[in-house]
Amino acid sequence: MLGRNKHQKPPMTARIERPLSPHIQTYRWTLTMALSIVHRATGIALYVGTLLLAWWLIAAASGPTAYAHVQAFTGSIIGRLIVFGYTWALMHHMLSGIRHFVWDLGYGFKANEREALTWGALIGGVVLTVLIWIIAYAIGGGR
Amino acid sequence: MSYTESHGAPKPPSMRTPLGRVRNLGAAHSGTSDFWRQRITGVAMTLLMIPVVVIVMMLLGRNQAGAAQILGSLPIAVILLLFIFASAWHMKIGMQVVIEDYVHNEKLKLTAIMLNNFFSIAVALASTYAILKLSSGV
Repeated sequence: MLGRNKHQKPPMTARIERPLSPHIQTYRWTLTMALSIVHRATGIALYVGTLLLAWWLIAAASGPTAYAHVQAFTGSIIGRLIVFGYTWALMHHMLSGIRHFVWDLGYGFKANEREALTWGALIGGVVLTVLIWIIAYAIGGGR
Repeated sequence: MSYTESHGAPKPPSMRTPLGRVRNLGAAHSGTSDFWRQRITGVAMTLLMIPVVVIVMMLLGRNQAGAAQILGSLPIAVILLLFIFASAWHMKIGMQVVIEDYVHNEKLKLTAIMLNNFFSIAVALASTYAILKLSSGV
C-alpha cells in the first residue's frame, strides 16, 4: 500500500469483498477455548501478584514494622481475598500448564481426552485452592 | 542478521520452505528458544510447587523474627531462589507473548517488551536480594 499514488486508489464503492476469517464471536464457545483465555488471564494475574510476593520477602528482610504492614494487609478481608485469588490463579495455571505439557508430549488430543484434561485443570485448581486454605486455617494461619 | 545457512560448504537440500528460510529465526530472531525456556521454567516451578507451598505454610502466623529465621535457612533459601528465578523468567516470556499478540504498534510493542523485561528483572532481583539478606543475617 505504501507509495501508491492517489490516482491508482480505487474508489470505496469498488472495494473487493474478500472473505474474512471468522472472528471470535462466530465460534461456538468450547471449554478448551474458554480455558485457554483463563490460562492467559491467570498468568497475567500471577505476573502482577509477584509484587505481593516481592513485598512480603523484602518486608521480612527489612524488619518487624515492615513485616507487620504486610501481615496487616494479608490479614484484612481484601488482602485475604487477593491471596485466595492468587492461590487459585497459581493452582489453576499450574494444572492448566501440566495439561499443556501433556499436549506438548503428543498425548490427549482426542475430543474426550482434551475435555477431560481441561475439566481436570478446572476442578483440580479449585479443589487444591480450597484444600490449601483449609490446611492454612487448621494450622493457625487464620489468626 | 544471523543467517547461518548462507555460507560454508554446500549442504544437503533443506526441508525448509523458502519463506521459512527468509524468516530464519522468526520475528523475534530467537527461534524456539523462548518456547523451550518457558517449558523448562514451567516444569521447574511444578516440581518446586509443593516445597514452596509448605514453606509458605510454615510461615503462617509467625512474626518477623520467626519468618526471618525460617527464610534464612539454607534449603529454604535455595528453594525460594530457584522458584523466583524460574517464575521471573517464565512470566517474562509469557507476558512477552501476550504483548506480541495484542500490541500491533511497533514502537508501543517494543516499549512494552522493554518494560516487561524491567519489571521481571526488578521483581527477581528485589526478591533475591531479600532472601540473600535474610540468609546472611544482616
